[in-house]
Amino acid sequence: MSSVINVRGLEKSYGANKAVAGIDLTIESGEIFALLGPNGAGKTTTVEILEGFRDRDGGEVSVLATDPGVKGAQGRTWRNRIGVVLQSTSDAGDLSVYETVSHFAKYYSNPRDADEVIGSVGLTDKSAALIRTLSGGQRRRLDVALGIIGSPELLFLDEPTTGFDPEARRAFWALIQDLRKSGTTILLTTHYLDEAEALADRVAVINKGKIIEVATPALLGGRATSLATVSWKGTNGIQIERTDNPTALIRKLTETYKDEIPELTVKRASLEDIYLEMIGGVGVEE
Amino acid sequence: MSKNKLTTNKVPSALAIGFARGGLEVKQFMRQRESVVFTLAFPIMLLGIFGSVFTNELTDGVTFSQYFVAGMIASGLVNTGFQQLAIMIPVERDFGTLKRLRGTPMPASSYFIGKSIVVFVTMVIQIALLLIAGVLFFGVNLPTEPGKWFTFTWLMILGSAASTALGIAFSVIPKSGRGASAVVSPVVIILQFFSGVFFVFTDLPGWMQQFAALFPLKWMTQGMRSVFLPDSFAAQEVAGSWETGRTFWIILAWLIAGLIISIRTFKWEQER
Repeated sequence: MSSVINVRGLEKSYGANKAVAGIDLTIESGEIFALLGPNGAGKTTTVEILEGFRDRDGGEVSVLATDPGVKGAQGRTWRNRIGVVLQSTSDAGDLSVYETVSHFAKYYSNPRDADEVIGSVGLTDKSAALIRTLSGGQRRRLDVALGIIGSPELLFLDEPTTGFDPEARRAFWALIQDLRKSGTTILLTTHYLDEAEALADRVAVINKGKIIEVATPALLGGRATSLATVSWKGTNGIQIERTDNPTALIRKLTETYKDEIPELTVKRASLEDIYLEMIGGVGVEE
Repeated sequence: MSKNKLTTNKVPSALAIGFARGGLEVKQFMRQRESVVFTLAFPIMLLGIFGSVFTNELTDGVTFSQYFVAGMIASGLVNTGFQQLAIMIPVERDFGTLKRLRGTPMPASSYFIGKSIVVFVTMVIQIALLLIAGVLFFGVNLPTEPGKWFTFTWLMILGSAASTALGIAFSVIPKSGRGASAVVSPVVIILQFFSGVFFVFTDLPGWMQQFAALFPLKWMTQGMRSVFLPDSFAAQEVAGSWETGRTFWIILAWLIAGLIISIRTFKWEQER
């Protein structure tokens, strides 16, 4: 009974559109689990069902051994144990960072110390600043602060670094890794593959309402054993060959060209290549 | 984490969270300076305008300002509660504020309590300033009998509660925060005209009076007249009396209806 999230045969339709068409998912305690998928793949619907924001049409769902559809006092006890960081919240912002965080602390039975949480998301300097004066990245870190103030056992993070500059993303990743060290289980949705690779213990790729594969980022889509792509400039322009033994191919090419092989590249599949292949190369556009 | 499991898992009570929310909402309101100035000064401006235009006495010793102040206080109940909430809640829904709250152990009832508090506090300040300005500049007389102040107090509490509940109930109707004002304001303005806020109620056509009698603003206005006008004036009301008991029950009925609708239909986010 160590699984934090257990999903069997989850289904949800909007009219004729089957947004989630039979998903199975198990997430263990203490792991960072990333849900990857193009827009409209069923990612958000799945997560919102797990967060208790949406009803489901079919299947079994248990989150912290509770059905997320739970209402009333039991619902509050359950919400007391989870943290939710949504995609975009843009409050009017007439409160300071400290006022907001310490106010949210009052909703929970065992809140963390507001100053400590503000420090952990790197906003100590901004503690007294009004929210409307914060940058996009700072607001996002405040969102995370509000998600973790109740010391959740499970944290939902929905596309947390959209709109971040590269430096802010690195800082944010370090924050998430710190949370994992404290034992928090994290379900992350993202469409940044490097983010999934940097953070996640396991990745699930979801497309057209179904999970295509669940694996560690290194093994996803047979990445470790995938073919290498060798390309060079031959007599008829750029030539591309896919092979499981690139060294042998290059040895052969050195015999042909004797000196330098023109414009030689050898490429292993990146997570992105694997991912695009898995989802059929479509749907990645916004 | 394991340390947390040993301590209590009992979440704070809905009432405690509601009071915390009330304090926060008042703080937030006070920081929106333009909105504060407008909310507090607008009724005084209206009193000034109407008091200057209509200088006649309705009966012996009852100026139009005196009549109008009752209507402005009743309007204040509707403006700070119903109108403000039916416009602000769709905005909070658009901003994702409500969805974020839904992800916490805060129950809807705490949110409602917080709104009731901010409405009541703003309303008390608004009406206090209106009465001070009325007495100082527009010759408004305050009642002296304790019985009238008792009526005033329960009208304020009951009226503000009903107005809050109806504002939350009505907040499901606007489809977006941007359009909310266009949906809500006409309802309020028409009710104000029909309910005898801007005109003497008994001068209105009968069908208008009967239509207005279905809604609480007419009763709040009439109740406030019973506080601010001499009892001799009651003879000039439609029923020939203040109908204080009926006023109480009708506003209470609207409060209960508003609460039931709010609890049944409240939306944390706009459906896609």
